[in-house]
Amino acid sequence: MSVRRLSPDQPESFAFSAETLKKAKAWIANFPAGKQQSAVVPILWLVQKQEGWVSEPAIRAVAELLGMPVIRVLEVVTFYTMFMLEPVGTHALVQVCGTTPCQSRGAEALMAVCKKRIGPQNHRSADGKFYWQEVECMGACANAPMAAINDYYYEDLTPEALEKLLDDFAAGKKPKPGSAIGRQGSAPEGGPLTLTDPSLYDGSRAKKIKIPNLPSKEKA
Amino acid sequence: MAGLLADKDRIFTNLYGLHDWGLEGAKKRGAWNGTKDILAQTPEWICDQIKASGLRGRGGAGFPTGLKWTFMPKQESERPHYLVVNADESEPGACKDRDILRNDPHLLIEGCLIACRAIRARTAYIFIRGEYVHERERLTAAIQQAYDAKLIGPGNVNGWDCDIRIQHGGGAYICGDETALMESLEGKKGQPRLKPPFPAGAGIWGAPTTINNVESIAVVGTILRRGAEWFAGFGTEKSTGTKLFAASGHVNKPCVVEDAVGIPVRQLIEEHFGGVRGGWGNLKAVIPGGISVRMIPAHEAEEALMTYEDLQARGSGLGTGTMIVFDKDADLVKAIARASYFYKHESCGQCTPCREGTGWMWRVMERMVTGEAEMSEIDLLLDVASQVEGHTICGLGDAAAWPIQGLFRHFRHEVEERINNYRARKGSYAGASIAAE
Repeated sequence: MSVRRLSPDQPESFAFSAETLKKAKAWIANFPAGKQQSAVVPILWLVQKQEGWVSEPAIRAVAELLGMPVIRVLEVVTFYTMFMLEPVGTHALVQVCGTTPCQSRGAEALMAVCKKRIGPQNHRSADGKFYWQEVECMGACANAPMAAINDYYYEDLTPEALEKLLDDFAAGKKPKPGSAIGRQGSAPEGGPLTLTDPSLYDGSRAKKIKIPNLPSKEKA
Repeated sequence: MAGLLADKDRIFTNLYGLHDWGLEGAKKRGAWNGTKDILAQTPEWICDQIKASGLRGRGGAGFPTGLKWTFMPKQESERPHYLVVNADESEPGACKDRDILRNDPHLLIEGCLIACRAIRARTAYIFIRGEYVHERERLTAAIQQAYDAKLIGPGNVNGWDCDIRIQHGGGAYICGDETALMESLEGKKGQPRLKPPFPAGAGIWGAPTTINNVESIAVVGTILRRGAEWFAGFGTEKSTGTKLFAASGHVNKPCVVEDAVGIPVRQLIEEHFGGVRGGWGNLKAVIPGGISVRMIPAHEAEEALMTYEDLQARGSGLGTGTMIVFDKDADLVKAIARASYFYKHESCGQCTPCREGTGWMWRVMERMVTGEAEMSEIDLLLDVASQVEGHTICGLGDAAAWPIQGLFRHFRHEVEERINNYRARKGSYAGASIAAE
């Protein structure tokens, strides 16, 4: 388990923006009537997108919106580690995966870069622009080591590539996510060795087919 | 040709995202072809075909998919049936479902519709992990395309009214457990439920629910199009079909690839993953199926096959088929200590053996890394691991114990050496500096 507490510094109030509220209502409509509680994680996520983090007044607002006891929302916020409980960097939230597959391909060097440039993890940098943390497996192991920066995955990183990314974010740019060494998705470096047969892509597979093994007495 | 499988027999033809992920591209590659004819069949026919194909759940446990579907009630009642697709891919090493979600989403959507017919469900939820933001955006767009083309939804052209919806998580590995996933889907902390009742009896909101992995569902359409015997023709009797494999760690070209189940570990590594860093002789150990399965040493990896039964006989498991490879320079003790930290971090805290045990095991593992542990603590650690294993509601306790057991089964001498070296360096030894907490 990870110990997670609300920040001691909390804003006075929270209000949903019109856009957040619209998206929140769409999430509520995604579930059967009376089961609106199911939308709590997606709505808290929207709140985080709006504010950068989840504050105590926001927790109350979400509870009210969904008709849930505040404690149930608080439970969810402190259970799920994607929710940031204090303000993060204005330019970039850097989440470096440190789990074994990334560790075995150099995640520790990436974290050293973060430490050098941003400071200790789970703190904002002195200029307030950055915030970094080590996170558990992000599910991009074939492209290790990687970091999620502001939600998108930057893969096959080297310390130099990460430095460059941080420079770009500091300058207010939005670097393109994906592999830093130009790999196509999770294909092997140098290009795919499979899926090279052109007949897969010439439309021949869209021709009308007869489904095999159908029962002899056709019955709907 | 690399591997055992010819391109024409690969199901995920846009695995790398080189082609159009959208509806037009997917149709051109054969998705949504004949779906209407499949849905015109009875649920029993679909279940029988999937059973005959030998498809086993691709999320790690390997339970036969067709059989799982038959556990659902045979009649629709006032309690609606649900299909839930587990796209909460969070196991260290596993990164295969991601490529389906972002590059071949229509195979998944089509599979959902067919599976819903098989279990008589009118709604499917795809539960995708919260960190997969890009993948969620892609999947959402693909579902919208399918609605716009009337392929799914009420009154669709395929003849089985069915809604496909998305739910997302909040970054908790535990939600990959099916009962924790259901709790999370209902908007609660992801703490697993006791079974029974099984999900097919009482799942989300108390309604009958079937939960399948992304890959298990996404292959269904192609299996039915090409015939169960086509799929069953690959692999062995108990492990059939094609499957996504992936590698991370010390291989030259880590990647995700589809090949036949039963491919030898060595062939998989050498032909698809560019070989072990420094050559095959430099291999130390392989964790074949995501970090939770036990590792196998190099001499076993030489002969091992990627099947459920072969790897199980070696004390390991196929898991998700996503391997982590370690070469001779790797610090295995440190790698497993990091895995222990992962489990400590991801334990939901519900069951005492896991909540206390994962943290305890991690702290001892960290001292094994430096060598400052006591020799007797090795047996103590293994004893504790065996007490966590099997004594928790869900499988996370087992998963936390297995990597440690695998390490000591094959590399105990390395830890012992480390402890001896630490002592030798110290000269006068006066008891462990840190007691196990």
